[in-house]
Amino acid sequence: MTTLFPRRFSATRRRLLGGMAMVTLLSTLGSLSPLAAAPAEASTLRAVMHSGLRVLDPITTTAHITRDHGYMIWDTLLGMDDQFQPQPQMADWSVSDDGMIYTFTLRDGLKWHDGGEVTASDAVASFKRWAARDGGGQMLMDHVASVEATDSQTMTLTLSSPFAYVLELMAKPSSVPLFVMPARIASKSPDETLTVEDQIGSGPFKFVADEYDPGNRVVYEKFADYVPRDEPASWTAGGKVVNVDRVEWINMSDAQTALNALNSGEIDFLESPSVDLLPVLQANSDLTVEKINELGSQTIGRFNFLYPPFDNPQIRRAALMAMDQTDVLASLVGNPEHYSTCPSMYGCQTPLATDAGAPASLTGKADPEAAKQLLEEAGYDGTPVVIMQPTDAPTVSPQPVIAAQLLRQAGFTVDLQPMDWQTLVTRRASQQPPSEGGWNMFFTNWYIPEVWNPLVNPMLNGRGKDGGWFGWPDDPELESMRNEFAKADNDADRKAIAEHIQRHAFEQVTYIPLGEYSIPAAWNNDLSGVLHSPVPLFWNITKSE
Amino acid sequence: MFSYCLRRTLAAVPVMVVVALFVFLLLRLSPGDPAAIIAGDMATPEQLDRIRETLGLNQPIYLQFFNWGGELLRGDFGTSLMSNLPVTQLMAQRLEPTVSLALLSIVLSVVVAVPMGVIAAWKHGSLIDNVVMSVSVLGFSVPVFVIGYILIKIFAIDLGWLPVQGFKRVSEDGFGPFIRHAILPSLMLSTIYIALIARMTRASMLDVLGEDFVRTAHAKGASEKRVLFKHALRNAGVPILEVIGTGFALMITGVVVTESVFNIPGLGRLTVDAILARDYPVIQGLILVTSGVYVLINLAIDLSYALLDPRIRYQ
Repeated sequence: MTTLFPRRFSATRRRLLGGMAMVTLLSTLGSLSPLAAAPAEASTLRAVMHSGLRVLDPITTTAHITRDHGYMIWDTLLGMDDQFQPQPQMADWSVSDDGMIYTFTLRDGLKWHDGGEVTASDAVASFKRWAARDGGGQMLMDHVASVEATDSQTMTLTLSSPFAYVLELMAKPSSVPLFVMPARIASKSPDETLTVEDQIGSGPFKFVADEYDPGNRVVYEKFADYVPRDEPASWTAGGKVVNVDRVEWINMSDAQTALNALNSGEIDFLESPSVDLLPVLQANSDLTVEKINELGSQTIGRFNFLYPPFDNPQIRRAALMAMDQTDVLASLVGNPEHYSTCPSMYGCQTPLATDAGAPASLTGKADPEAAKQLLEEAGYDGTPVVIMQPTDAPTVSPQPVIAAQLLRQAGFTVDLQPMDWQTLVTRRASQQPPSEGGWNMFFTNWYIPEVWNPLVNPMLNGRGKDGGWFGWPDDPELESMRNEFAKADNDADRKAIAEHIQRHAFEQVTYIPLGEYSIPAAWNNDLSGVLHSPVPLFWNITKSE
Repeated sequence: MFSYCLRRTLAAVPVMVVVALFVFLLLRLSPGDPAAIIAGDMATPEQLDRIRETLGLNQPIYLQFFNWGGELLRGDFGTSLMSNLPVTQLMAQRLEPTVSLALLSIVLSVVVAVPMGVIAAWKHGSLIDNVVMSVSVLGFSVPVFVIGYILIKIFAIDLGWLPVQGFKRVSEDGFGPFIRHAILPSLMLSTIYIALIARMTRASMLDVLGEDFVRTAHAKGASEKRVLFKHALRNAGVPILEVIGTGFALMITGVVVTESVFNIPGLGRLTVDAILARDYPVIQGLILVTSGVYVLINLAIDLSYALLDPRIRYQ
């Protein structure tokens, strides 16, 4: 038998082959390092958002990630600038002298991603779908006689009764903005969610259906036919100039992984870093750590008005006196740089900000003695307060624990019930007594644009069991004041009515605002032009090579 | 052999039906409402009712079960309530990351652990044995995510040799990018299995090394290597194979921590996401497929016994 190599060479051969394999492996790995990426990669912006995208319909759901997705692929009729003013976006408008007819004219050059022209019929269908779902839109529709396409470029909205907040509602940036979709898509019921095939918009980015992996990754490409406005970008108004070819949103469920990925340059943008990891990011000079949503969020506590003990306003007032914002915020956020107390139900950096009706104890120190006194006067009989505590959502899990302790100090009997957030979301819709699967109190958070006036703030809805928000206060006086607010056509009147509403809401303790917080975003210094806005926006950003 | 396989496969059918029924009922009886999750914070009770109606969630449970069963018989796992995509498509997207990671990890585990266990048994009571057993205890005791973060710190952050996170598909990106992204998660995932397989190998080998046929092999002048690997290991192989097979099934279905730490879009994360979102069709589909994987792997393990031990016959 002959062999290719004499036996004495076999050990050498093994070493040689092993060495060659190692060299091949190392060279393969080396050639694939991030530094060796192709130049075209520079125009791809990789972002980790606050959550994974799963539902693709920004009208059916109020999930913020779906709203953010909406801003990528759909455009809006109007935008809102950083002075809280509605501005033209897809359409300009005029208003009749009596304020009853609004005429919206689409600008030229608007195209769908599939090549079709945007028409007024699309805008009308989109308006109707939005108004059927959005709380503010529903209120607006109570005052609308008709909305129709009067020609291919013109949508006319005729009011049946005075309503001065038309433009503000149509321009609001959150939580359900008025996105314009093709009529064939917008004609779907708002209770039926849109599909992947329905992701056709006229916005600055196109949805890449082939690369969509729900909950994990979503990819957008620059829409080459998008014609931005000439004005500079400001919040959702102005020119949506796209400077990158591609945007990828990658969902990372682990905060530490996202931080590592940003630090190592594998991603460019991290929308919502974990607060306790911020110092690590701030220590990296290659990163910018900055608040883009300067208005931030409001954290709140909400009562169930249907059952004892919180069907009694005096007991609700006792709960209000028992709580203070500082304790809750310190537990929720930790670092005082990122939170502030705020007596206003509309947010403290908004035009309607006011401290009307807010007890000093709310932004100062809780007053358990006053709370005890109120409880005694109300004849509180020790009925347990069922507080729902989500244990799996870091932004809403500390509040119930702190609140429970503060309420106990004031003499309440508290039944703190741990559960996951989705169970809470289901259970809070129950109008059954607390002993039969209902509840007495829960906590949640709102973006400030979702509470910044009495029309959009869901906790100031007083329509009761059939039309109100969870907790269901039946408060005709509050509804009457909201109607007055909707009719007010100047800033002074609006401000005065908003103050009345807040004073009333604190008297009735419609809910407890527990302060504001804003967490900075972080991004690689290769990015410039990141817009400051209540919602994350990806136009205007340039990525240097 | 064929009739044995057929009988085993048919025997799995009632198991799968019971699993399907159990999962379906458990999901419907547990708290959580997909409609409320889709609708979000602003929904009114009327809107929730309408969404439930659109999703078919307001039908009687038995009707929902029969509808789902009918779809299953047609090979249709249904459509995700959240993404509106077919469950089969969602599972197909996530299958490759999980299976390739599991395969790589199990190969790594076997290659490292079996020799470790054999040597520990061979050198029973020696320093080597103690070292192997100590490493094994460590592998069991340290949480896998801690190992993952340590690996990331050393190899991805400090040395910069490997990526921090992510996954590349062999089928799309080629072997180089795949292995670059899969090395660290596979190391993390295999730690506990190396410990498990090494201990099992050692224990089985110790049993076998005391047998008469081993003594006979030694007496006939067989080399130590031949006795260990040809005679002893083959006879000790059945329980080791059992552990490897079960480990592989566990890796397919239980790697959510590894997937989270390394941001790998696999079946584990899909399962957790679906559970958190109460996405019933996705959860049901995943659990059924998982059950099927367990049945198939167990069958494969049983059949492979004959390869190691010719005395085993299937009837």
